[in-house]
Amino acid sequence: MKNPIQGMGAIFYKEVRHMRRDPMAFLFAFVMPVLQLVILGAAIDTNIRQVRTAVYDASGSSMMTDVSGSSESRAFLDRLRNSDTFRVYKYVHSDAELNEEMISGRASVAVKIPIDFDRNLLKGNQAQVLVMVDGSDSNVAGQAVNVSSSIGLDESLRRMLNPGRKNPIEVRPNVMFNPASRSPNFLLPGMMAILLLLVTVMLTAFSIVREKERGTIEQLLVTPVRPLGLMLGKILPYFVTGIVELAILLGFMRFVFQIPMHGNVLVLGLLTTGYLFVNLAIGVLVSSKANSQAEALQFCLVVMLLSIFLSGFMFPRETMPLWAYAFSYIVPATYMIKITRGVILRGAGLEQLWLNGAILLAMGVGLLLAAAHRFKKMTV
Amino acid sequence: MLAIETRNLTRRFGDFVAVNQTSIKVEKGEVFGFLGPNGSGKTTVIKMLTGILPITEGEAWIEGLDVRTQGDTVRERIGYMSQKFSLYDDLTVLENLRFYGRAYQLKGKALHQKIEETIAANKLEKYVDRLAGRLSGGWKQRLALGCALMHEPTVLFLDEPTAGIDPVARRQLWDLLFQLSGKGITFFVTTHYMDEAERCSHLAYIYYGELIADGTPDSLRSLPEVNPPGTHRFEISAPAITTALRKAQEMSLFKSATIFGRSIHALVDDSIGQQELDHEMRRCGIEIEEIRPLIPTLEDAFVELSQRRQMQMEAA
Repeated sequence: MKNPIQGMGAIFYKEVRHMRRDPMAFLFAFVMPVLQLVILGAAIDTNIRQVRTAVYDASGSSMMTDVSGSSESRAFLDRLRNSDTFRVYKYVHSDAELNEEMISGRASVAVKIPIDFDRNLLKGNQAQVLVMVDGSDSNVAGQAVNVSSSIGLDESLRRMLNPGRKNPIEVRPNVMFNPASRSPNFLLPGMMAILLLLVTVMLTAFSIVREKERGTIEQLLVTPVRPLGLMLGKILPYFVTGIVELAILLGFMRFVFQIPMHGNVLVLGLLTTGYLFVNLAIGVLVSSKANSQAEALQFCLVVMLLSIFLSGFMFPRETMPLWAYAFSYIVPATYMIKITRGVILRGAGLEQLWLNGAILLAMGVGLLLAAAHRFKKMTV
Repeated sequence: MLAIETRNLTRRFGDFVAVNQTSIKVEKGEVFGFLGPNGSGKTTVIKMLTGILPITEGEAWIEGLDVRTQGDTVRERIGYMSQKFSLYDDLTVLENLRFYGRAYQLKGKALHQKIEETIAANKLEKYVDRLAGRLSGGWKQRLALGCALMHEPTVLFLDEPTAGIDPVARRQLWDLLFQLSGKGITFFVTTHYMDEAERCSHLAYIYYGELIADGTPDSLRSLPEVNPPGTHRFEISAPAITTALRKAQEMSLFKSATIFGRSIHALVDDSIGQQELDHEMRRCGIEIEEIRPLIPTLEDAFVELSQRRQMQMEAA
């Protein structure tokens, strides 16, 4: 019986030389992911704050000054201004102007206090406030509606209760694991899973497709190097790359973004193994289909986009329609994101996360076997 | 024992028959030239013999080993140099040698020694640390040959080894091949160069998947299909070569004719001698410089064989 992985060492040797000679591969493997992590971490704030708001206060006398309106309406507007959700950038003096602010996109929220606001309040009738919200960004819209409603509710309660009396029920929220609701804490652990995917899948796929393009793969196949040896020799360097990248990204998260590491780094490393297997296998599968690097890129993009949007990285899986939710169970990044968030933010260990790791490992081994099979067929 | 033998070797891609029932025999130590137009199945045959492509039908042996069942042992005995320069451009000469040595299971001292030998044999000393991609065509080819020979194969497949390299390097490479064949290595070479074909000890000509001729260069030139009884060949040089050919063909003076450079190689019925041909052509207003009797070249032989085959295929 011949050694089925014959030639692995030779291919590994060659692959490492290629990487050392290829500054782009180095850039792509280590510099770009860090750059993306930094940009994303610094730029994206998922908390909705300082939404541009235009106000038309028609109550009280219509004087041509910014401090129009009555005292009652002003109290309400002060609450809005102090909420951090809204930033009132302009007071207008007609419905037309208010509309114009919305249509032009300058305002995401427009608030109109009607002319009878004070009068109704004083008479004990219900007073109304019109809050128009730009629905083109559903996140902003939802938050604006919620916050403005709760301000209204709170103001109403204040008026109905005797002065000095407290609200009957007070909700005391305790945001665990990320008390300040910092976006990077939430985003970056997920981002890490996506970046690992991007780099390992692409580098693996490209390194094999390149041999196809150059015609060197045929030269390899007349040597005693066996297909399995060729495949393992090809993916091993990228496994190591993946581990190193994981370490670099963790370092940046911990020390640049000050995201506390609540769990055990070794547990994270261990649970990542299966994920890397999955990615490398996907890379090999892509390369068995694609005949050029351009084709490989197309395949990689599909894998990437599905992983970004269906893994719970950007959007919660719970709000997906059933079919997409079901699909997210076969997206490997779904499990990896559970693992990174679990270990890093919640300090979870193997006892909580072993199932995710096991699923990834099973996926990884299964896909590697499939990849080996495809690879053998491709190379006879 | 034969170095290479195939019996009814066939390869189909779906409905397309790339190689049809080809049987060849290559003796040990031969330089076997495998010729044919582009897309006629030369590379496919090599790929089947080297185990890159599965055989659809038929049998093939290399040094008595069945290619289909003893592929692993076959691989240790054969070397392959493909059409394209298939070394790694971004690896140095030394790294390429080291990689191929390791791929062929050489280790430690044996590897080191073999690398030294290959460098010396191919005079690559000056280029050891140069990236393979920065070598000139001829040196690349030497390195590729060196890599393909590192494991001391006894049968070497060369797929258009001299395509795109200069004449001097071409000549040197062939000299090297003969040196090696003197040591008992068998070469299976494809080429489009007729001067290279002339140097082969045996030739096979494949035309759209069918083997249509097989023999020594001399035997191919003297095939009855190439020299039909009752005909002879002339080389006619003329200033306006295409007009001359067209006019002559209108007069049905030639049985067949092909333009070679500034002259026409024409197959003419024995009833028309050199004098008559000269006279006839001038009478038709064709300007000619010279008419000479011609012994068919290998190229004439292949062109003739291809045209006959084409006519048979069209008739069928």
